[in-house]
Amino acid sequence: MTIFFKSAIAVLATRGLQAVIVAIIVGIVSFAMMHALPGDAAYRIAAGRYGYDMMDAAAAEAVRLELGLDSPWFVQLWNWLGQLAQFDLGNSLVYGTPVVDEIATQLGYSLLLAAGAVVTSLMIALPVGIATALNPNGLLDRVTMGLSVFLRAVPAFALGIVLVFIFAVKLKWFPVAGFRGFENLVLPSFTLGIGLAAVSNRVVRDAVVDAMNSDWQMFARTKGLSMRLTLMRHVLRNASLPVVTYVGVQLAYLIEGVVIVETVFAWPGIGHALVHAIFGRDIAMVQGTALTLGLLYVALNLCVDLACRGIDPRERA
Amino acid sequence: MLKPLSAAVSIALAVSAGLAAAETKSSVTIASPWEVASYDPAVAGYAIQKLQIMENLVDADVTGSLRPGLATQWSVSDNGLVWEFALREGVRFHDGSVFDATAAVFALTRAWEQPGVLKKAPISEIAALNGKVIITLETPFAALPAFLAHATTIIPATAAFDAEGKPSALIGTGPFAVSAFTPPQSISLVRNEAYWGETAKLESATYLAAGRAETRALLAESGDADIVFTLDAAGYSHLQHVDTIETSAVPIPRVVALKVNAGHPFFNDPKARQALSLAIPRDGIARAITRFPEAAANQLFPPALSGWYSAEIEPLTTNIEAAKALLADLGWVAGDDGILTRDGERFAITLRTFPDRPELPLIATALQDQWREIGIDLEVSVANYSEIPAGHQDGSLHVALYARNYGLTPDPIGSVLQDFGQGGGDWGAMGWENQKVADALRIIASTSDLDQREAGIATVADVLQQELPVIPVVWYQHTVSVDKNLQGVVIDPLQRSYGLSDMYWTK
Repeated sequence: MTIFFKSAIAVLATRGLQAVIVAIIVGIVSFAMMHALPGDAAYRIAAGRYGYDMMDAAAAEAVRLELGLDSPWFVQLWNWLGQLAQFDLGNSLVYGTPVVDEIATQLGYSLLLAAGAVVTSLMIALPVGIATALNPNGLLDRVTMGLSVFLRAVPAFALGIVLVFIFAVKLKWFPVAGFRGFENLVLPSFTLGIGLAAVSNRVVRDAVVDAMNSDWQMFARTKGLSMRLTLMRHVLRNASLPVVTYVGVQLAYLIEGVVIVETVFAWPGIGHALVHAIFGRDIAMVQGTALTLGLLYVALNLCVDLACRGIDPRERA
Repeated sequence: MLKPLSAAVSIALAVSAGLAAAETKSSVTIASPWEVASYDPAVAGYAIQKLQIMENLVDADVTGSLRPGLATQWSVSDNGLVWEFALREGVRFHDGSVFDATAAVFALTRAWEQPGVLKKAPISEIAALNGKVIITLETPFAALPAFLAHATTIIPATAAFDAEGKPSALIGTGPFAVSAFTPPQSISLVRNEAYWGETAKLESATYLAAGRAETRALLAESGDADIVFTLDAAGYSHLQHVDTIETSAVPIPRVVALKVNAGHPFFNDPKARQALSLAIPRDGIARAITRFPEAAANQLFPPALSGWYSAEIEPLTTNIEAAKALLADLGWVAGDDGILTRDGERFAITLRTFPDRPELPLIATALQDQWREIGIDLEVSVANYSEIPAGHQDGSLHVALYARNYGLTPDPIGSVLQDFGQGGGDWGAMGWENQKVADALRIIASTSDLDQREAGIATVADVLQQELPVIPVVWYQHTVSVDKNLQGVVIDPLQRSYGLSDMYWTK
């Protein structure tokens, strides 16, 4: 145990340092990218604020004056870094509300949806992957392969609409969109989870097949362990390493990359917010969101590292 | 044998009792595409006003006629420069604080300092005097009360602003108070029991912003949303066959229009703009893209804009041969590739538009195809809508396709003045000025004499139809689906209110 804790503290220290570096780099890079975009930021922000019925050149000039967009870029960046050092992400340039409030709400919903999707995908991928691996290249394996390719190829947006049509409109089991309660989480989770499971069941299958073909598996069987015990004690533990790492990657993808699903289900997630912030040239919001996502990746990597160390004693050395 | 029978009877009785006891619904869910993420009336006023959370000093009915809101009456001095608004007494905000002239002046002054309609009015001072709101003008402006009905001039409570004066809560005087706000997707409302007027029949309501038209159509069909606004053509025609809901399309004073840079050498002759207009397949666009054939815009002001639309004006038509002849008159000759040239210059231009209204890029490509027939090489640029005012300001714009709402205020003079007054406007004329129109607009803005106004409007409409600084394409219909059991729903063509306080359920 002490070895595990020592190694865990080393990991924490490395990742902590990484977090600080990521925060600074993400802040500077997102700032630079927003400045590199073509078009006048004052016009874009005014457009985001007032809508096309009210936005005009006078509104854009008012925004430029209010936000000090005329000041040199290094002054704007320095101000942001100064605020960041005080743990202040500033206010949304478009909506005027504190960035941290917006992120807190939207990140919560994004994490909820990501967790729902991963749980759904694991519920599908684990049993399917293990079952297919026990008889590689059998009928079940081939059918699952074909189905996986098909489901991975269907865009999440189309899958979402089909699921809504069947389970919300026709069967009325779940609501179409919104976020009033747990029932609202089911369809978006399945939409994302099915797409994820389409790949992860193959990862599980390959990991289990590799483990089943290993020498140590043969040894376990030869020393007299039953198939069930070999599977439970040795194969699954060894096979879970690539699966845990892969789920980590999927979570990262889920938190930032589900804009379309969030939009289809009117789900107030952070991906949706980031895209809107980029369109509206809401630099404070883009920096805040990118920073949060960057730190979240560091945290996710940390969790995956710790989990792998928990599973595999060799990693602790 | 008796046992199961008696059990069945008791279940049946229980079910029927349950049915009788089932209460009529008392809540409504509204779905619309517009996300709300701000507390600021200048930014989110349009939604706060529609949901009846905050109110204006002046209200308007669905025909655009003004009626008392938080002000009971108003009058103007003889010289037309000082307006006095007497305020309703006994009105309280949702937090229990009293609505008075101080709150009104604070809100209006803020609205005046922000970009918005009040900034466009010739105001020199907003003050409170003897419990009244006094607004002093630099020049007479008859449409001031109509401006005070606009969404950016709603009155929040003083407590709705933080210590720095930034809006930080949604507290108003309206028949509904906010119980939960999850930006940008949803607002939950409860009935304001202490409302100064008739309290709402519904106990609560939810506003859900669903960005995708497919989602909104599915929300309507499943019954998850009771009223759904802005359906796309496919969703609208599908929902017409769903038994539980009723669909309607209400003409609104919004028009898809083409802004033409009349200062550009290609377009500085009205004949060139007339040629562009003659080559717009309005009927085809209205039938195939926006799917309301009667909405082909044969003049700029839509029929929903009573007083400005004219049945007598000669309608704009489509005639490719006539368009070609006009361009030939101007010295354009078709080159080898069919594109016109003049003095060695090709008739190649760029049209700017934006995707926020999904029909605009479609209409733009229809124009691209059609104008090629008259020899114009049109490049379509789909970008952020701020590129249109930006292109107006730096002079780089050729033509732009956009949707303009002339019903922002019950009296459209503000928008029309801005678009076609001296110097033109970001969303109106460019490089075009007409003294007759400028004079007529000045008269319309300053007088309340109906005959003078009518004559002025006729002049403006007539010149715009001849000179075409802005070319109309199609008018808009506001598409809505409503649950058949929901009664008292009135669709406001001016889109100022969802009319929640008048709705009730029959089941």
